Amino acid sequence: MTDGHNADLAHEPLAPLSLHVPEPEVRPGGKPDFSAVAIPEAGSVRRPPVDENPEAMRDLAFSIIRVLNREGDAVGPWAGALSADDLMQGLRHMMLLRTFDQRMLMAQRQGKTSFYMQHLGEEAVACAFRKALLPGDMNFPTYRQAGLLIAGGYPMVDMMNQIFSNDADPLKGRQLPVMYSARDHGFFSISGNLATQYVQAVGWAMASAIKRDTKIAAAWIGDGSTAENDFHAALVFASTYRAPVILNIVNNQWAISTFQGIARGGSGTFAARGLGFGLPSLRVDGNDYLAVHAVANWAAERARRNIGPTLVEYVTYRVGAHSTSDDPSAYRPKEESEAWPLGDPVIRLKNHLIRIGAWSDERHVQMEAEIRDTVVAAQKEAEAHGTLHSGGRPSMRDMFEGVYETMPAHLKRQRQQAGV
Amino acid sequence: MTRMTMVEAIRSAIDVSMARDDEVVVFGEDVGYFGGVFRCTQGLQQTYGRTRCFDVPINESGIVGVAIGMAAYGLKPCVEIQFADYMYPAYDQITQEAARLRYRSNGQFTCPITIRMPTGGGIFGGQTHSQSPEALFTHVCGLQVVVPSNPYDAKGLLIASIENPDPVIFLEPKRLYNGPFDGHHDRPVTSWAGHLLGEVPSDHYTVPLGKAVVRRPGSAVTVLAYGTMVHVAEAAAQEAGIDAEVVDLRTLLPLDLETIVASVQKTSRCMVVHEATLTSGFGAELVTLVQEHCFYHLEAPVVRVAGWDTPYPHAQEWDYFPGPARVGQALREMMEA
Repeated sequence: MTDGHNADLAHEPLAPLSLHVPEPEVRPGGKPDFSAVAIPEAGSVRRPPVDENPEAMRDLAFSIIRVLNREGDAVGPWAGALSADDLMQGLRHMMLLRTFDQRMLMAQRQGKTSFYMQHLGEEAVACAFRKALLPGDMNFPTYRQAGLLIAGGYPMVDMMNQIFSNDADPLKGRQLPVMYSARDHGFFSISGNLATQYVQAVGWAMASAIKRDTKIAAAWIGDGSTAENDFHAALVFASTYRAPVILNIVNNQWAISTFQGIARGGSGTFAARGLGFGLPSLRVDGNDYLAVHAVANWAAERARRNIGPTLVEYVTYRVGAHSTSDDPSAYRPKEESEAWPLGDPVIRLKNHLIRIGAWSDERHVQMEAEIRDTVVAAQKEAEAHGTLHSGGRPSMRDMFEGVYETMPAHLKRQRQQAGV
Repeated sequence: MTRMTMVEAIRSAIDVSMARDDEVVVFGEDVGYFGGVFRCTQGLQQTYGRTRCFDVPINESGIVGVAIGMAAYGLKPCVEIQFADYMYPAYDQITQEAARLRYRSNGQFTCPITIRMPTGGGIFGGQTHSQSPEALFTHVCGLQVVVPSNPYDAKGLLIASIENPDPVIFLEPKRLYNGPFDGHHDRPVTSWAGHLLGEVPSDHYTVPLGKAVVRRPGSAVTVLAYGTMVHVAEAAAQEAGIDAEVVDLRTLLPLDLETIVASVQKTSRCMVVHEATLTSGFGAELVTLVQEHCFYHLEAPVVRVAGWDTPYPHAQEWDYFPGPARVGQALREMMEA
């Protein structure tokens, strides 16, 4: 007789359980090892029609779509959408972003701003994605998609004004540096917490469908933040309402000190998170400008043709620190970025352009110098307005305004009390 | 006694608690191998192993929900929310689950968890790295809310929190982590070295929850403060030349009403200072209690000095932060009233 429990096991001694806590392959002092990252040959992954049944393309969540091979050729079914001029422009955008990062990092060290976050190694993701959008489309970015602004022609000096919190800061000094907002450039206000924007992008896309509009939305998130509830909320809403949205995951391997295995758990890949929701889920080489653009275009076409949402995982590597408050040498080998098997996005696109006869080392050096001059000139202009601790700054009145459309009496009293 | 920063004192409290009690487990974002972005758990994973101190997926409601489940099993989790500003996804788990588990199960399940989170501004953290959400917790029945102002209290209060049989929200003023801060942001930073309360016993001791302390005795006016504002209030009183008595509340819930009432009945004046926004802040509760218990002793209206009712700004941080100038001015006005 048992009390209703499993009678078969009632008399067997049970082995004790143990807790599984994932660890990265290597820590500081160890030899970087990416042998566990399977990298398919460029051109080897098929390109299904955009209206293929998502059930039939589950394999794409476990591979990596790549266009540029080791020799610098663009190969396979995802190649061929961009002209040499487009690619040269893309190279310029990535180099602008990289130079912008270098200058702003230095400015932070010089005390001209409080904080900065760079994109080193990930430039292709946002820069190439931006090329798949149309005016009116809306991005809901994280703090590591400034490439959307640079590639979209947003004035660099305005980005710097925001970073310096000076009197020309479009956000009046209210926001942490790099938390831009640029509605007219399809760039939703960055919050500073994590993942909240992901489900908001789905809502924006649903609104576009409700209003029989033609605009689409793009949601952005990092590998670590996919663990947040809002990520999963976004997937279920996008799936249920077939919202015209592209759900982007930038997997740069590290969430501050936490390796991607902690957020990924047992799902194999981040893209595979989409499968349970019936979403087409693709993985792409995030350091391959051509592959990123081709996949973004494919996903954008699905959204525009009202077929539904697409989940895209960009496989890349965060070469720099998480932010100026972070020191990665405390948790990963210093040489790890050099061992990253997908290389550097700028060098790969440069080599491709040289390979097709559209570029040369000399022209590249010239462009580097020209870009440096452009960025330095913008910085001079921004610094003429002021930096965080010197020159023109947003007024104290700006602090009280914009909480509501019309300032309520209690806030007016406080402003008066503050003497402004 | 050992000289400790507040970070070191917090780390020591967790270390002592883990060594004494195998049921204490520690987890949060970046707290394992790296030891936390403010380094409060540095070395603990190396000492106690990966199943007692570990990194978690970035999911705050997950952190608290898992802690509640572990507590239901019988563990005593001490978890970290990386910034208090990140706690909102966990608010459901904190307010409707952790806080009420004992009550709704009639004690079958309890929730001896400690939720640590850095709070407050003064580091140019902008609106999502500077908030002081204590009133969102003091409004919840079943929670206890602690805010230390120095290394000695931080260690003793944290050990007491971990050992407490009910949930504790442990708010760590991040601007105090590496030194006292009186709000004079334009002066050189000071360290805890040489500060009396930076001398901390290296072994086990507790500072009981629910006990305030008079930091600066005085007879002219009582200033009720906690966290960073204790140091601001002391500096403001000193600089304004006003004989203010500064009471460091240390625990907001349960509140040491006795110490508050004794002080206000002595001085006949009361000011509340907090960094959190004014409207519906914890100051409103304090003012009401003072009014209820000390009305016939008061010679002037009770005054609040607090953060303005705006999101925490970046560039205007020092216009927003209730520093010694604002507190000193309010003290002078109060004495003229």
